[in-house]
Amino acid sequence: MAATIVIGVGSRSQGDDAVGLEVARRLGGRVPAEIAVVEQDGDGGGIFEALAGAGAAVIVDAALSGAPPGSINRWDAAARPLPAGMLRVSTHAFGLAEAVELARALGSLPARCTVLAVEAGRFGIGEAMSPAVAAAIEPAVQAVLAELALIREPADA
Amino acid sequence: MVRKVIKVDNLARVEGEGALTVTIRDGEVKSAELRIFEPPRFFEAFLRGRAFGEAPDITARICGICPVAYQMSSVHAIERALGVEVGGELRELRRLLYCGEWIESHTLHIYMLHAPDFLGYESAIAMARDHAAIVQRGLALKKVGNELMSLLGGREIHPINVRVGGFYKVPDRARLREMIEPLKRARDMALETVKWVAGFDFPDRSRDYEFVSLRHPEEYPLNAGQIVSSRGLAIDAADYETHFEEVHVPHSTALQARIRGRGTYLLGPMARYSLNFDRLPAVARDAALAAGLGRTCINPYRSIVVRAVEVVFACEEALRIIEGYERPDAPAVPVAPRAGVGWAATEAPRGMLWHRYRLDEDGTILESRIVPPTSQNQASIEEDLTLYLKDWVNLPDDMLRHRCEQTVRNYDPCISCATHFLDLRIDRG
Repeated sequence: MAATIVIGVGSRSQGDDAVGLEVARRLGGRVPAEIAVVEQDGDGGGIFEALAGAGAAVIVDAALSGAPPGSINRWDAAARPLPAGMLRVSTHAFGLAEAVELARALGSLPARCTVLAVEAGRFGIGEAMSPAVAAAIEPAVQAVLAELALIREPADA
Repeated sequence: MVRKVIKVDNLARVEGEGALTVTIRDGEVKSAELRIFEPPRFFEAFLRGRAFGEAPDITARICGICPVAYQMSSVHAIERALGVEVGGELRELRRLLYCGEWIESHTLHIYMLHAPDFLGYESAIAMARDHAAIVQRGLALKKVGNELMSLLGGREIHPINVRVGGFYKVPDRARLREMIEPLKRARDMALETVKWVAGFDFPDRSRDYEFVSLRHPEEYPLNAGQIVSSRGLAIDAADYETHFEEVHVPHSTALQARIRGRGTYLLGPMARYSLNFDRLPAVARDAALAAGLGRTCINPYRSIVVRAVEVVFACEEALRIIEGYERPDAPAVPVAPRAGVGWAATEAPRGMLWHRYRLDEDGTILESRIVPPTSQNQASIEEDLTLYLKDWVNLPDDMLRHRCEQTVRNYDPCISCATHFLDLRIDRG
């Protein structure tokens, strides 16, 4: 079976945008050694590279959808495109959603690709993470571990 | 690359990000107003009271695509304030880091943002479905730029290895030489890119721009040189504020950059190329001429070709630097704080980026000013729209919108919506 990868996306200097990176950091030592856990800063090119060659991927990122901060939404990106406008807007418009869709167009999207989006409250430069989002880190870690369990033991096995 | 974080509706300080309003009356374009996101104003305040050594890492966060440009302008300006000169291999390594950023940024813009405009796709993703091999080439080329940035900058985006006086760490010769083969492949891909974009169908539009860029006695400009223009300006970075101003214009709420007593000007690849053709290496000059460019270029729709030529230059320059590299004894020269003012301009991928810092005797930043390329180009973008849309005003709104976006993208502007303007208004009265 091709490799499984977990990608935490975000920026440590911009408030709740750090959540994807924090989830990735806390997964350290809690996932089997054969699963790669990487951090990406939101550059679509980097995410595209990380996805290429993986058999399954779980991506964690911050989102703005209008839901209460700290809530976690799950998307099956292998089944359908990410909802437009859900993920953060890139200054240069080549971010996570574009990376996933480009991988789909080029046939390199992993057969299983789940996006866990943690609803953010604030993105100010130099701001700390909001309490609601900080409290969602561990639940998001658990959600990633549940995804990994699904990947290892598919429902139809 | 950052920015993403910025969601139009959620941050009060992000006003009218990427908004463009075109006003048409009786078949004539009356005005084109572009509003852009200008984070530097926020960062200028953020820098006040910080130690000078923090400036490169703080300013690198202004732009996810051109962090090296912000680092380079900040360290050069502060080094000037402190009376420090960085030469030899450290100077060369800074050029090499900048080459990585040019490859990365230009390739992203050519392949992912601008080419779809010429080939009739709404996005690079749609283009990739029909032109997979070409998009793969773009991604592979961009990746080599990312690798150079990772190697020298510590990581791809928001490099953390640059400091006032030099670097925190410098690579050894063997590690750097591992980049030679990837860079040779990148140079080949860049040459293919020039041929590819040269075959696009370009609107026949041009005007008499005043080009502004750096010019150096020997080098194609990155970090050093005088500020020159196609109408005879030739000044030191210290004199920028004497010759350039920001003014209110009647049709816009934003401040716009002008050359005092003259008017708007254009920065970026077209300006650099037209003012420095003779400083390009032969491989880039030959590729440009074979692609049908002259020694100057005044059709902004052809800027995509110029950008591709600059990628060839960046690959060639990176190879030259690496082949001659010997690891310096120290990663930085000694730096001591003192009171003073320093200025610097360097060439960000999208044009000249000017910084000024005033420091007190212990090196605390008392004041800074950052003038990014996109705000300097804003007036020129609006003039292009007003003039060049003339023959297109009777197109249906969606086609006119496409022409507006393509025209703005000629400048590779550092705004959040370079692929899709969230808010384009066409007012036909």
